[in-house]
Amino acid sequence: MTPEDSRYAKSHEYIHVEGNVGTIGITDYAQKELGDVVFVELPQVGTQLELGDELGSIESVKAVSELFSPVSGEVVEVNESLADKPELVNTDPYGDGWMIKIKLTAPDEVDELMNAEDYEDYIQTEAGK
Amino acid sequence: MTTVVEQESATAAVPQGANREGLIFEHSKKGRRGYRLPALDVPERSDLLSPSLMRDEIANEVEVSEVDVIRHFTRLSKLNVSIDAGLYPLGSCTMKHNPRLNEELARTPGFALSHPLQADHQVQGNLELLWHIEQTLKEIFGMPRVTLQPVAGAHGELTGILMIHKALAKSGNARKFILIPDSAHGTNPASAAFAGYEVKELKSNSRGTLDLHLLEQHVDEDVAALMITVPNTLGVFETEIRKMAEILHRKGAYLYCDGANLNAFVGIARPGDMGIDLIHSNLHKTFSTPHGGGGPGAGPVGVSERLVPFLPTPTVERRDDGSFYLDDDHPDSIGRMRAFNGNFNVLVRALTYMRSMGPDGLRRIAQIAVLNANYIRARLKGTYHLPYDAPSLHEVVFSDKNQTPHEVHTLDIAKRLMDYGFHPPTIYFPLIVAGALMIEPTESEPKEELDAFCDAMLAIARECEERPELVRSAPHTTPVRRLDEARAARQPVLRWQPRSD
Repeated sequence: MTPEDSRYAKSHEYIHVEGNVGTIGITDYAQKELGDVVFVELPQVGTQLELGDELGSIESVKAVSELFSPVSGEVVEVNESLADKPELVNTDPYGDGWMIKIKLTAPDEVDELMNAEDYEDYIQTEAGK
Repeated sequence: MTTVVEQESATAAVPQGANREGLIFEHSKKGRRGYRLPALDVPERSDLLSPSLMRDEIANEVEVSEVDVIRHFTRLSKLNVSIDAGLYPLGSCTMKHNPRLNEELARTPGFALSHPLQADHQVQGNLELLWHIEQTLKEIFGMPRVTLQPVAGAHGELTGILMIHKALAKSGNARKFILIPDSAHGTNPASAAFAGYEVKELKSNSRGTLDLHLLEQHVDEDVAALMITVPNTLGVFETEIRKMAEILHRKGAYLYCDGANLNAFVGIARPGDMGIDLIHSNLHKTFSTPHGGGGPGAGPVGVSERLVPFLPTPTVERRDDGSFYLDDDHPDSIGRMRAFNGNFNVLVRALTYMRSMGPDGLRRIAQIAVLNANYIRARLKGTYHLPYDAPSLHEVVFSDKNQTPHEVHTLDIAKRLMDYGFHPPTIYFPLIVAGALMIEPTESEPKEELDAFCDAMLAIARECEERPELVRSAPHTTPVRRLDEARAARQPVLRWQPRSD
């Protein structure tokens, strides 16, 4: 269920790294918790983000939540199609529902994130609260 | 117990389109009139406007008779769910009964027909009323002065933060941050940001309250104030407020209290005695003024001694001879927050309530409000999950954790409640509780109404287990079925257009 080839932050963002570029979105668990997504606000290409910086926000029928960058880097691409089709975050969070691509400035940060198995355990305890 | 028409029979019994009232535009019939102008008895002038500015016809003019209008709006009013028809348990946005005596006194011609630009000597009664409500709130808050200008709770928050800003700026450093716990009302961060401060969120502990050591870590010379909601959005009372005030005061910061939930402790505890520097009260929540539709509201703010010079102007003062006047002579004031004296007629209603209840009656309000919330808590606990076990005051927050295994969620439960004839509670707030159901009954409700509500909630919990699809597809008996909220947010249609046919 949770893709093995990505890494996960406690705030429920994933990052899928290829070379020195990482694709960031929110996890399937996060989209289910949020409910129907109605708006996604993303940064502009060229924005410099530090680890933990707010990269944007996501609005669902329930609430507005902040999105945090799981790594440091420069935004090189944003998913323009979310402007018209925010529901892609619900229907395909790991695929067409991706949010930004970021050029990593500190690739080591990726190793600090959870792998799929740890993230599964993490959401089990989260859900148990 | 409430009987609920089953989905199948309801669908069969209601002819298609029966509940579609439409807009007044759609009732228009060419040439129909409800009123005719009397014959013109002055010379007609058609030369005052150039022909280019004259319309030949009015677009979408509504042509209806008097009976059309009365029936249309009467039918619409029957679709309206209101506190006059039953329990309205919106936690954090309380709807309580509005006594009709309030309305009667607000319509007294001396109040209703006076003009804010009349000279002080012509409106002594109005000024006296403002003076009396300030005296009453001073006593309730335990504070030396109260401003009546703010016209909503959030407007009171902004007024308060601007006073803090002015006071700090006067002493040389307006500071940068306002601390707000994650259990506060959602307007608090907005008000702080609007006043130019950066907001730092503080996490609640497992009891749903704020830890002193966490506060201590965050308070320094850059912090202007802490804004706490008391009781907070979990309905939990912060028990260490005086210590919080000490921590803040040591560093020259202020303690702001969101007093929207004053109805939980009015007449029992006084914010001023706890070291709180500012508190606002949303008059509808505690003092039974009307609420809904965005106003008019009132959010008076009480302040401690050191903030008195910064209150909005004018203030209402009493001379030694017993006469009243508006005083603009406050050089350090933040200025006006509103034209004239705020929403005067809302204040008339609030004072009517305060006076008809009296001190003992107001204390009783708090006691009954807390008792009613705890009665619901006791009846539903176990069936619905209680995420925070600390004692509840005026409201109680459950979650859908016991129902999610049946794939039924808070939204479904809220929709199903409508089938039982109840307005749903606040849902998915506070944000720190996943799937929150925030229930605030207020003191207005008799035990029978509380029991009917709890019976409905318990029946729904059984349905979640036995017939989850019935709950998931609710509501079934309302004029419209489940709305597509996601589509409404994604593709909002904000303007009515005539149908092309």
